[in-house]
Amino acid sequence: MEGIFWWVIFPYLTLAIMIIGSIYRFASNQISWVAPSTEFFEKKWLKIGSPLFHYGILLAFIGHVMGMLIPIEFYQWIGVSDHMYHFGAIYGGGLAGLMVVAGAIILLIRKMTIDRLRIHATFADWFSVISLIIVAGIGVYMTIIYNTTVVEYEYRLTIGPWFRSLFIFQPQYKLMLDVPLIFKIHVITAFALFASIPFTRLVHLYSAPIHYPMRAPQQYRSRSAFKRKGI
Amino acid sequence: MRIKAQVAMVMHLDKCIGCHTCSVTCKSTWTNRPGTEYMWFNNVETRPGPGYPKEWENQDKFKGGWEYKNGKLRLKAGGPMSKLKNIFYNPDMGTLDDYYEPWTYDYANLINSPKSEHLPVARPQSMITGKYMDKPEWGSNWDDDLAGGSEVVPLDPNVQHLQEHIAMEYEKTFMMYLPRICEHCLNPSCVASCPSGALYKRDEDGVVLVDQEECRGWRFCMNGCPYNKVYYNWNTHKAEKCNFCYPRTEAGLPTICSETCVGRIRYIGVVLYDADKVKEAASVEDPQDLYEAQLDCFLDPFDPEVIAEAEKEGINNEWIKGAQESPIYKMAIKWKIALPLHPEYRTLPMVWYVPPLSPIMNHVTNEDELNTDGYIPTVDQMRIPIEYLASLLSAGDTEVIRKVLLKLTAMRVHMRSVNVGGVDPLSESKLLEEAGIDVETVEEMARLLGVAKYNERFVIPTGRREMDDDLYYQQGACSLEDLAPPEGVVTAPFERRN
Repeated sequence: MEGIFWWVIFPYLTLAIMIIGSIYRFASNQISWVAPSTEFFEKKWLKIGSPLFHYGILLAFIGHVMGMLIPIEFYQWIGVSDHMYHFGAIYGGGLAGLMVVAGAIILLIRKMTIDRLRIHATFADWFSVISLIIVAGIGVYMTIIYNTTVVEYEYRLTIGPWFRSLFIFQPQYKLMLDVPLIFKIHVITAFALFASIPFTRLVHLYSAPIHYPMRAPQQYRSRSAFKRKGI
Repeated sequence: MRIKAQVAMVMHLDKCIGCHTCSVTCKSTWTNRPGTEYMWFNNVETRPGPGYPKEWENQDKFKGGWEYKNGKLRLKAGGPMSKLKNIFYNPDMGTLDDYYEPWTYDYANLINSPKSEHLPVARPQSMITGKYMDKPEWGSNWDDDLAGGSEVVPLDPNVQHLQEHIAMEYEKTFMMYLPRICEHCLNPSCVASCPSGALYKRDEDGVVLVDQEECRGWRFCMNGCPYNKVYYNWNTHKAEKCNFCYPRTEAGLPTICSETCVGRIRYIGVVLYDADKVKEAASVEDPQDLYEAQLDCFLDPFDPEVIAEAEKEGINNEWIKGAQESPIYKMAIKWKIALPLHPEYRTLPMVWYVPPLSPIMNHVTNEDELNTDGYIPTVDQMRIPIEYLASLLSAGDTEVIRKVLLKLTAMRVHMRSVNVGGVDPLSESKLLEEAGIDVETVEEMARLLGVAKYNERFVIPTGRREMDDDLYYQQGACSLEDLAPPEGVVTAPFERRN
């Protein structure tokens, strides 16, 4: 019963909050939809902290795609042994995780110590940074310490298939029951963080301007439909 | 040919008295909300000086505008790919300290202070942090009327074109005012710098605007604009800029800075230009050719072919008539006495300046017998060095400035002979020949520059409401209510809205 709550109800609930909340905020209050940069107030520490954190997140995202979305059979098929995979995951994933944690801690300290930033930080801002540090910190612990000292846990046989089963609406929650506690906590805190996205500055992750290189440099826009309709 | 109309401005610097009324009325109209305290859509700089933000003309620092390299026009700060790479940290953008920390005073203390031995004072209080500031150290016009000093002059990149001693020698010091707003360029680099596509140039009147819904706060426009006229609202985390008071111009009224200008230095009118020529004009190799290239983009509103083409593009009679009567067309295109600010940035700016005359440095000995031609050399001996004006207005081409100053001098001399007498008639002089104009033009110029009334200075056709999709839907669409506290609420410095 408990298993059903944590590995079926909770993930769907948090993802629903994330998706519906984001759409609602985009539609009703797009004026608040930004990447709320504080570079204008301080750029010395941001120069280190922000790229470290953001590039770390991008790497970590790729790592999660490799571990969670790509099935273990694929690796076996292309001939990547379990040892090779974990070797890469520990070093690559460990590096990405350390970048995220180090970057976020620099940004947090910066926010705490510089008046101009601290005074304008909201609860949501603190919440985002601190919960990111917690989630990423657990991830780093799992990747670097747990994997090397306790056991090289094969999450591609349990968490991976369970995660994919969420998307075909056939959640196999039983796969998660025997997963080590630290992995369970990482998954649960991560889903909680997803649910907070629409209410914090994290919404800017949807807004990566990847279409920018494709568009014309100069943008003309007509005030009315007169030209568009060609009346 | 792709004809577009552009609402443009000319400022006649001779008449600017540096009173900052334009800045103040602009501020109280547009930027008196939390997050915008440091912004001045309109500011007046004393030159030589670092300007606002400090050293904005130093493009080695801010990397604003375009550059022409290897036969290609590109953003100086780098194209889209390099912007995506730098999106987490923009190395070229300025910070609040390049502008200044806005402050107010703790006036309440004057009233609430308990009885004490000393008079209570109103201490300066930061409008960013709400904390007391021991000493405000810079402001948007901190060096007002100082025009130099060994601390300030080296911060003016234009002075580097002069021999240093000219600016620093006491006898040779000079000063002028430079009021600045957004240039509403034909080739705006802020628009090209925006990853979200939130900045755009309006088809109908060429005003460059920021879509507040679409802006995601990537901040590349801030330093992408070489004039540093796009600002970052730290409260809403979005870009804001001068909008040419479009709610006023659409109603046929001048911008608030022009309306309230004490010296009546500002002129507003429509010019027609060929949008297909813009890129080519911005890509001429020699920066000194940019002025001429931009002039080539403009179209003659009296040419029947242009009129026919404009009508096809949906520009109506009122706008064509506006272009024909436009004071901007006369000053910038017909008489060529107005010049673009820093054409070398290749943005093709649309706020142009009539350079100021200044007193003659050398004593004129035989003034009583001075004939008209005697004024020709005076142009080269004016207190504001031609080189300095050229660095501001013609990418360093002194001949362009000299020509304009000759025209203005010819106008003065002629009007003096008409009104006071005492000099030989202008019509037979070499001054007129060198300036390249005729007496009729001189008199027309004198009228527009000296006595023109409101309706001659501001020829603004109204926005075309008949083209609007749905007026009911647009009701309140340009309101700042989402961004600003309701009117009448005291905006405490540390009060913020999400």
